[in-house]
Amino acid sequence: MTDVTILYDSIRWEEKSLLEAGKKKNINIQMVDCKKLALDLEKKPEDYGVVIQRCVSYYRNLHATAALEGLGVKVINCLNTGVFAGNKLFTHMLLKKFGVPTPDATVAFSKDAALEALETNGYPKVIKPTVGSWGRLISKLNDKESAEGIIESRETMYPIYQIHYLEEFVKRPPRDIRAIMVGDKIVAAIYRNSEHWKTNMSLGGTAEPCKVTQEMEEMCIKAKNAVQGDIVGVDLMESEEKGLVVHEVNNTTEYKNTVRVCGVDIPSLMLDYALKVER
Amino acid sequence: MNCPECDAKLNIPEDASVGEIISCPDCGADFEISKKEGSNIELKQAETVGEDWGE
Ligand SMILES: Nc1ncnc2c1ncn2[C@@H]1O[C@H](COP(=O)(O)OP(=O)(O)OP(=O)(O)O)[C@@H](O)[C@H]1O
Ligand SMILES: [Mg+2]
Ligand SMILES: [Zn+2]
Repeated sequence: MTDVTILYDSIRWEEKSLLEAGKKKNINIQMVDCKKLALDLEKKPEDYGVVIQRCVSYYRNLHATAALEGLGVKVINCLNTGVFAGNKLFTHMLLKKFGVPTPDATVAFSKDAALEALETNGYPKVIKPTVGSWGRLISKLNDKESAEGIIESRETMYPIYQIHYLEEFVKRPPRDIRAIMVGDKIVAAIYRNSEHWKTNMSLGGTAEPCKVTQEMEEMCIKAKNAVQGDIVGVDLMESEEKGLVVHEVNNTTEYKNTVRVCGVDIPSLMLDYALKVER
Repeated sequence: MNCPECDAKLNIPEDASVGEIISCPDCGADFEISKKEGSNIELKQAETVGEDWGE
């Protein structure tokens, strides 16, 4: 019988270390390549145990979770988390509702409406695709000219890019914070330092351990619960004006750099959590 | 085994498994292990980063 299934579409350090941790713990762990999967939606599948969803493709991730969860399989994270955390506007609304400080934002549904909102609210602002990651297509809009060009270029893209999500540009030290939550605990957190205003590791940011404060942990628990998550990566900034703010919650968080600099065995903690979670 | 792109020596760990991504230390190209039977390994070009990839 399988205890835990790692559902993946590409084996990175994260997925490999989960498998290794599982072997060490002597649990029955199964690796399933989602790319090879065809799921009969009329029949409950056998032998998945608890699924840890690790697909890097957003659509594959979301749809595989919808199918498996619908068939009665426990998936971490659940479908709602995939939907909510996968979309920066959905997350924004939920963070507000749950009382988690987050940067102010505006959504505009056309180029003209976006430019008008920018004229009214002023520059600089940050424009983000509501669905997306690794800092892709996130731009700082410094003035009207740059905004026109950047928003114009989205007119011919896939319709999701015509939902213009505009965020206040947060003044902060040249870093942000990634906190890895396993259940109601920050198991480790890092600063992501960068010369560039986007501090993503995938864009060359460097990692350094970050001391977890009680305030931070309380905020992260709320943020995780807001999107109904189990295991998530919460991104925070240290706003000069507002103190800590959460700007996103990651549904399929990476943790290679966090493990490297903090020396916390995150994969092992993830498996412990998956084994004791209610099916 | 050498890089199909630039012929540099690739470091493929003993315990590498099918589906794993191997990066060339010299040219940075990514390859996916498509087959592995004992020490007999086949590589294919890794899928390039999809538009919807991320965390
Ligand atoms: N409103 C803001 N003001 C200033 N900097 C910001 C703002 N929003 C984001 N950033 C910076 O840009 C980076 C990318 O933003 P964000 O985390 O929202 O995007 P992402 O593409 O979903 O990233 P991830 O890879 O973490 O999923 C952040 O790590 C942060 O450093
Ligand atoms: Mg982020
Ligand atoms: Zn090479």
